[in-house]
Amino acid sequence: MDDLVQEFLTETSESINALDIDIVRLEQNPNDKDLISRIFRLVHTIKGTCGFLGLPRLEKVAHHSENIMGRYREGSLQITEETVSLIFEAIDRIKTIVAGIAATGTEIEGDDEELIAKLDAVYKSKSETNLPVKEESVLEPVDAESATPPSANDSTKNADSAQTALPSKSVEEKTLRVDVNVLENLMTMVSELVLTRNQLLQILRTEHDSPFTPPLQRLSHVVSELQEGVMQTRMQPVGNAWSKLPRIIRDINVELGKKINLDMRGSDTELDRQVLEFIKDPLTHMVRNSGDHGIETPEERLAAGKHEEGTVLLNAFHEGGHIVIEISDDGRGLNMDKIRKKVLEQKIATEEQLKTMTDQQIQQFIFDAGFSTADKVTAVSGRGVGMDVVRTNIEKIGGTIEMKSIWKKGTTFTIKIPLTLAIVSALIIEAGGERFAIPQISVQELVRLSGQGDNRLEEINDTPIMRLRNRLLPLVALGKVLELEKIDENKNNSEGECESKDETNSGIGKQVIVVEVGAQTFGIVVDRVFDTEEIVVKPVSPILKGIRIFSGNTILGDGSVIMILDPNGIANTIGNMADVEEENNKSDENSHTLTDSESKTSLLIFKAGEGASRAVPLSLVARLEEFDVEKIEFSGHQKVVQYRGNLMPLIPFNDLMKQKEQGGQSVLVFSDRERSMGLMVDEIVDIVEETVNVEIKAEDNFGLLGSAVIHDQATDVIDVGHFLSIAHPDWFGTKDSAGFEQKGGAKKVLLVDDSPFFRNMISPMLSIAGYQVISIQSGQEALDLCDAGEKFDVIVSDIEMPGMDGYEFALKIKADDSKWKNVPLVALSSHATTQDVDRGKAAGFDDYIAKFDREALLQSIAQKGEVA
Amino acid sequence: MTDEKKEANLSGKNREFLTMTVSEQLFGIPVLQVQDVLGEQKVTRVPLAPKEITGSLNLRGRVVTTINLRHKLQMPERTPDMKTMYVVVEHHGELYSLIVDSVGEVLPLPDEDFENTPQTLDASWRELATGVYRLKGHLLVILDVPVMLDAICQKADNEAA
Repeated sequence: MDDLVQEFLTETSESINALDIDIVRLEQNPNDKDLISRIFRLVHTIKGTCGFLGLPRLEKVAHHSENIMGRYREGSLQITEETVSLIFEAIDRIKTIVAGIAATGTEIEGDDEELIAKLDAVYKSKSETNLPVKEESVLEPVDAESATPPSANDSTKNADSAQTALPSKSVEEKTLRVDVNVLENLMTMVSELVLTRNQLLQILRTEHDSPFTPPLQRLSHVVSELQEGVMQTRMQPVGNAWSKLPRIIRDINVELGKKINLDMRGSDTELDRQVLEFIKDPLTHMVRNSGDHGIETPEERLAAGKHEEGTVLLNAFHEGGHIVIEISDDGRGLNMDKIRKKVLEQKIATEEQLKTMTDQQIQQFIFDAGFSTADKVTAVSGRGVGMDVVRTNIEKIGGTIEMKSIWKKGTTFTIKIPLTLAIVSALIIEAGGERFAIPQISVQELVRLSGQGDNRLEEINDTPIMRLRNRLLPLVALGKVLELEKIDENKNNSEGECESKDETNSGIGKQVIVVEVGAQTFGIVVDRVFDTEEIVVKPVSPILKGIRIFSGNTILGDGSVIMILDPNGIANTIGNMADVEEENNKSDENSHTLTDSESKTSLLIFKAGEGASRAVPLSLVARLEEFDVEKIEFSGHQKVVQYRGNLMPLIPFNDLMKQKEQGGQSVLVFSDRERSMGLMVDEIVDIVEETVNVEIKAEDNFGLLGSAVIHDQATDVIDVGHFLSIAHPDWFGTKDSAGFEQKGGAKKVLLVDDSPFFRNMISPMLSIAGYQVISIQSGQEALDLCDAGEKFDVIVSDIEMPGMDGYEFALKIKADDSKWKNVPLVALSSHATTQDVDRGKAAGFDDYIAKFDREALLQSIAQKGEVA
Repeated sequence: MTDEKKEANLSGKNREFLTMTVSEQLFGIPVLQVQDVLGEQKVTRVPLAPKEITGSLNLRGRVVTTINLRHKLQMPERTPDMKTMYVVVEHHGELYSLIVDSVGEVLPLPDEDFENTPQTLDASWRELATGVYRLKGHLLVILDVPVMLDAICQKADNEAA
């Protein structure tokens, strides 16, 4: 394409953006002569250049628009909403043609006659009587050709007004247009210069009294300033992203008959142009939303006792290395009832889930895909593609978005984004002999693994786990994820890493980086943590784009290249691993082998009293504590300890257990709602994940459920219910701790689970909670019961079962011709990721509970039972 | 490059190639494709990358992806004591470096000495070579660098998917 045309396109699109703003302002201040002149000049410049370049179609549209502007300028035509709309229409047409030229290099064909006729009609219309009389209102049609010829000076001025939206003469003459690529190149060179400088300084540190010291220090200063300066050139005022907004608000005002005032503050706040590009669309979308959904019509506003005119406020400011943009409106706010209804309609959450959520939590649903509260789809917004995209875009650049809304008062969105994407603060770490950078923003904390106490690496089925402040933190060994460890074994530490000698499998000396990705928190195990560095992010080569674990690479001070880790990517690989496993499960559906994940259970192994080790499902244990023996008190004959402001009864595992005289007493804490109890044990041994086949003992034997072989050792599996009822005879609302006999009028629960272990674990639990439980081992058996005419209040079913799985079972039960189609169906599964839950809900489950979440199960059954 | 040579190049009579050896085989790539030739470099391994990609190195502030020709050409892997050189090429605006054992001279070669790749060559070689020059005592295989890099990109994409 011709260079001239190229330049014209850049200039014109800038002028048009400026026009958008100016014309909206003109509508508000019809008497601003400077403004009119400027608009006239802008349109005139476009027209003039068109003639010069031979673009007749564009020239014609511009010419006829200019005519109207000419009359405005003379004051012989009043500025009305209709005429302004028409001008906008003409400007839109100009935009279309310009876009066509940009795409094809020539003007695209099209018919503008209708538009030109309309423009002419206005141009030729009689001047209106009530217009402000102006002294120089001599009616003389403006001759386009004889008007001020476009000068080079003119166009730079125009470009400049597009940049700042508020042109001032002093700035105009000092600006220069530079190709972005030139700046990018400069940036690269400066980064390189900084690295070289750093290397030199490093050498200098080892030399004493070097004659190079003073000049190098000067060089260092200059380089720092140069770097800052180059960074500065990439910065642009946030106002650039706002230039379209006045036009959008104006369109809403006209189209929907609203009165909205757009208040933009802090538009000169600067941020990196790359970031600016990213937030442009989300911002536009949100302002449009505020205007369309947020602000009420003038009538509604008056009725609500508000000022007729609504305000959308945009406010940008710096806050500690970030830029904060607030978008607030004083409109109607979010209607909580409406959101709840929509959430239910779109099956994003159930009524029970909603009940337990705060308003603030429910409001966050608007960030879900496909969610829109607008009743009608207007031309402006309400198509349900929106806030989810906004959030994704903002999170993509490491930003956050929050929303606060008060019904009838208004809504405020707060966006926090980094100033620049080019330079981030990152933690440099080492794993498998390689160094990596991890962005500081996703790092929550660092924990050093040690041999004892909580900061110990434990394993469940070879999967590392750590305890962090009474919570289990899943760990990911970075070396393993990156497949570096295998290579290392082969290499046999040829590089002579001195650290690796004392690194055993227990991970002593390794560091855990706790990161939070979305709702997931996990720890990344690395060999070493070095330091935080400001790094210049460079995109990875396209050849490596497929590896999602890296978000880029960078060059460190010593000149070496290192990869930047993307915590999101790491989280995804974990997710993928789980998915693969699930895929395998699905493919194994027809074979009757039980797959690992479904039959394995996490067990806490401990020692108490004489005899075998004991085990308890880890899921039932709320916390592990160690109390100082001296703190243990007596209440009557009952040992108690002060725990979280309450007295918690402590039950010895059995009488044979030796009571400790001093030191710490290990206690397993079980809790249920407000109540908790401690089970005193001698020693906590391990956490294992095992396939458990419990041989059930016929009689109640000191609170043992049965025994199982775990790690080749006979281990007693304890019955937690037994101890709970000793501690609180009324724990389950009945004194009868056995509680196994059927009670008249009790709700009937059908439990379908192929694992005998779970059947034996859950059915007593439900019985104790007062339900009459029938437990069977397959979906087919359940369907047989259904055919036999049995009735249940709630059905609880496992998902992973050989033969008919839970999803299939649910589909059968919820089929139209099923007798049980109205019986609430609760899924119980060891997989409870969002996808699983969605799939379960789709199959017809009313609720989806993770197998280890005892409390949720009881709660769910209670609620569903009531509904039934 | 002097104007004289450039002309010769354009006229098609003589083409210039940078020669290099990998596992005792002589290769050539058009000299205009070569950005730089580097000696021993500190290369950072890129975990999870396709086997052809050994890592990245820093060339004056730009990150260069290093490509192992041996794997692509099914040649024996290098031993740790071997000398390494890097030939940097540009492809779609990105820099890549080919790992070679040694870099020879730049040879202007007459078109008469050029022949198409023999059909009997292994498929992976035929795909990556544009042809062969008959030199005194040696055969010079001309590598088609863009095709090779595209193939690796393609493979990396497939692996990711």
